[in-house]
Amino acid sequence: MAGFDEMLGNSGDVRHPYRVYNSWFNDQELEHLLKKQKEAETFFRRSGITFAVYGEKEASERLIPFDILPRIISSMEWRRLAEGIEQRVVAINAFLSDIYHRQEIVRAGRIPERLIRNNSAFLPWMVGFTPPKNVYTHIIGVDIVRTSENEFFVLEDNARTPSGVSYMLENRETMMQMFPTLFAVNRVRPVENYPVLLRQSLAATAPPGCDGDPTIAILTPGIHNSAYFEHSFLADQMGAELVEGTDLRVIDGKVAMRTTRGYRPIDVLYRRVDDEFLDPLTFKPDSYLGVPGIMDVYRAGNITIANAPGTGIADDKAIYSYIPDIVEFYTGRKSILQNVPTRRCSEEDDCKYVLEHLDELVVKEVHGSGGYGMLVGPTSTKDEREIFAEKIKANPGNYIAQPTLSLSTVPIVSDEGLSPRHVDLRPYVLVSDSVRIVPGGLTRVALKQGSLVVNSSQGGGTKDTWVLED
Amino acid sequence: MLGKTANGLFWMSRYIERAENTARLVQAGLRMALTRSSSGEDEWASLLATAGASSSFFEKHDAATALNVVDFLIRDQENPSSVLSCINAARTNARLVRTAVTREVWENVNQAWMDMHELLRQPIREADLPYVLTDIKRDGSLIRGAFDGTMLRNEVYDFARIGTFVERADNTARILDVKYYVLLPSVAFVGSTLDNIQWESILRSVSGQRSYRWVYDAHYQPANIADFLILNPRMPRSLAFSYKKIFDNVKYLTEGQDDAHKLCQKTVQRNMSRLQGRTIADIFEYGLHEFLTEFIEDNNRLSQEIAEDFLFV
Repeated sequence: MAGFDEMLGNSGDVRHPYRVYNSWFNDQELEHLLKKQKEAETFFRRSGITFAVYGEKEASERLIPFDILPRIISSMEWRRLAEGIEQRVVAINAFLSDIYHRQEIVRAGRIPERLIRNNSAFLPWMVGFTPPKNVYTHIIGVDIVRTSENEFFVLEDNARTPSGVSYMLENRETMMQMFPTLFAVNRVRPVENYPVLLRQSLAATAPPGCDGDPTIAILTPGIHNSAYFEHSFLADQMGAELVEGTDLRVIDGKVAMRTTRGYRPIDVLYRRVDDEFLDPLTFKPDSYLGVPGIMDVYRAGNITIANAPGTGIADDKAIYSYIPDIVEFYTGRKSILQNVPTRRCSEEDDCKYVLEHLDELVVKEVHGSGGYGMLVGPTSTKDEREIFAEKIKANPGNYIAQPTLSLSTVPIVSDEGLSPRHVDLRPYVLVSDSVRIVPGGLTRVALKQGSLVVNSSQGGGTKDTWVLED
Repeated sequence: MLGKTANGLFWMSRYIERAENTARLVQAGLRMALTRSSSGEDEWASLLATAGASSSFFEKHDAATALNVVDFLIRDQENPSSVLSCINAARTNARLVRTAVTREVWENVNQAWMDMHELLRQPIREADLPYVLTDIKRDGSLIRGAFDGTMLRNEVYDFARIGTFVERADNTARILDVKYYVLLPSVAFVGSTLDNIQWESILRSVSGQRSYRWVYDAHYQPANIADFLILNPRMPRSLAFSYKKIFDNVKYLTEGQDDAHKLCQKTVQRNMSRLQGRTIADIFEYGLHEFLTEFIEDNNRLSQEIAEDFLFV
């Protein structure tokens, strides 16, 4: 499947954003670049930019492979993307606020009620509650793919706790260390202010009772969590405390952390644990990752939890197909970014179609993530399709299907020189008093030739992502 | 600062110090084994005693030989005080306190961890042992250098330093205690080769044989060696030096706090007073072994009290 290559275009002429890079590249020795590639790996290992792989005992720390050829986006392309992203996240926040209050969108008949009421991602606890400053998704990662010069699709809105932003930052850091001359000839918009923006954005949503500079902490499940590096990295860069459930306690109606000089209250908690582990008194009673009583403090308006509990309803794969309607309903305008056309197996006609076209479609679990539990039709075997068909028939509501998109490629540097590989893009969006988007994001690349799965758990790597200035 | 972070800093430093001390101890043992052909087994056994690892060692091995003691003290991850276990624990703690230390400190700890796992993948061959020991000590020096050169002198620094010196004082006191009989005047055969080697091995295990000669005379005198390692305020591994540092760092931590009364202050005071205004003759008269036992007990107590005072858990 020869898709659109973002560097070489369709005609083989190097596309405009890559021209300066390309002439630099042509002056380099491949061997030298491959050596640099190795160097990058050493750099990542030494910095401890690793992730834990569940279910592996020895050598349980792995690197996410990094490719040294940047993914380059022109300022014009970015402007359009950013506009579309902003429109989308504003709509998603409005949707969350509505769905936990009057549910106008259901009353207007734009979304079937059962999709909300019977959805396990809908959190009844949040009904009627308004989080500080009415912000639900303080941080969103919008997964975008490209199929041609002008076509972009949103694959997914990660509205819970999107990860990977530390790779965006470290990839840039690594590139600047290894290829300083590249940054002298290309005008690349900086990303390193992300931690500062994150801090500002979170601070802007501090609870009403907080005066002065709010105390911000990141709640991590601990050093064994696969994203621990990112948690500590962000805390370090933001100047926030990195806490675990065992460091926190509710005291005098506030959530407080145990310091060497006694308990000190926290105003904003950027939590990297899932909703159900947040408070054993409200949700999973056997959870040690959260803080007993934190939901009462939240209810009383004495702490900001970012993202708010219950935002999962917005990135549910069944809701996803309604996002264009959601955008229109709350913003009064057509959605700038397109959705991938999605068939819901919960609907009889769609389900029949999906079962008949399994070899063409990508089938996903409604609540799945990380590239697990999905079927990529065109690369699947007959046996795999048969097994999947049984699963769908047994529980149709659990599946959606999308056409296999011809994802764009960007070359990676390999022994053969430039080898095109499929990519996606995850920009990180901060929502509070305003919407802040750092230009670029994380480009994930499927390192296996022909593969469409970019997830790091499935053999994906990353690239530095450049947005050029005008 | 979070109590958990203080705890992590304290233990990170202790484990780094311990890894290095163990390497130094093995180095002294190796030297003894090379200079004395007979009764090497006693030496290796006394090394285990100094490292506080006798009982766990003999649960696993019948007799102490050069090979199995070295392996146990350096590579064996079932021994919680082996160099490899210490580096693992130091790195886990460093990850916990990643936000409190500079990038250089973290990277050096992480690098040491990577190096050690590579270096100690296979059992150490006898011929390689000197190089392995040098590498372990060098990793310790790199971490210390990064710490000294890049860390802000605030409470983060204080907790880490207290960890380092509590561990170091413990180590020096235990080396002395295991060998205390060699230092006692009543059993000293001054001038015999055997004793000279014993004394030198004590100094070697704290890298002090050279500086001893600068401070005292060329001859090893048991009382001088004891004075050097216990009371000399300029010897960086002596008890007096370690406690001066602990005293200062505890003072910085407690200064200006109204909830001043901390458990640990009293204990620091007590160990300080053991080391001040006394001569080595006084200590010998009191009983070197008794002195060291009480010192070690109070040093352990201090570690627990600091954890309590500063809400480590």
